[in-house]
Amino acid sequence: MLRRILPALFGLAVMGAVLGIAALMLVVLGQDWEDALVWIFAAIMIGSGLLVVTMKDIIRCGLAMIVCFGALAGIYVILGSPLIAAAQVIIYIGAISVLILFAIMLTQTKDAPARLVFQTQAGAAAVASVVIAVVMALAISATDWGEIGQRVRLATDELAMVLFSDFILAFEVVSVLLLAAVVGAVFLAKREPGGPS
Amino acid sequence: MSNSLDTYLILSGMLFAIGSFGFLARRNAISMLMSIELMLNAVNLSIVAFAAFGAFGTTQQGVGVGSVIALMVMAVAAAEATVGLAIVIAIYRNKRTPLVDEYDAMRQ
Repeated sequence: MLRRILPALFGLAVMGAVLGIAALMLVVLGQDWEDALVWIFAAIMIGSGLLVVTMKDIIRCGLAMIVCFGALAGIYVILGSPLIAAAQVIIYIGAISVLILFAIMLTQTKDAPARLVFQTQAGAAAVASVVIAVVMALAISATDWGEIGQRVRLATDELAMVLFSDFILAFEVVSVLLLAAVVGAVFLAKREPGGPS
Repeated sequence: MSNSLDTYLILSGMLFAIGSFGFLARRNAISMLMSIELMLNAVNLSIVAFAAFGAFGTTQQGVGVGSVIALMVMAVAAAEATVGLAIVIAIYRNKRTPLVDEYDAMRQ
């Protein structure tokens, strides 16, 4: 009984800590709502991202990935581009996550060893990715961004005008690329008659 | 905090590091593809952050144009996910396992 309650309690404790820090930022430090929302979304994104790469059950990894993408859509809204947030929800949460969940269900076998989820080089990989994160953070905070430190507006109507005038070649090439990808995927995943099951 | 470019770029770097750890360490091929999606999302976050702070230039009305690049990245990521999962399913049909360390036909 305790073993079933314990993960739920742990999750509630983490959620309470995140919300508590957000309330602390609002009340004590005097920061505004945007800062608190950025903190909440960032905590959800990084936490569920860590769950994606560490959990044993791969279906749960896929569901945690959906949570991670949703939090990222929230960050896009805070950055002032609702079009990108809507595209994130439609493409990533709606399409790619469902595709990945279907692929998980197609490739699960009963006899696959569920215990060993990591390769033998997992320790070295952890060290390498921590080094990547630290070096990136140091490089970012050491850079002087100069004149690009100011927020600009990201209006959807202007974005549409730019997309269909300046970027029209890229738009058409992307449509051809998507067509080629769909044809290639159908060709690859097709069963040959007489092939292996 | 929400008005500084560094916040979003450091977030993006952390998400990229998490994705690279997953890609290097997981055994399941679909887990590796999910980690690649995480890395692509990290890059997308940094692109949108740069666009929101005017790094890609603006139109005459002062509107940033860089988000178009994020839309293009999303379309290419969708194509990548489609073909990658099709390849994984095709390999699974031959080898009967999704674990990448058992794909050792070229080692023998």
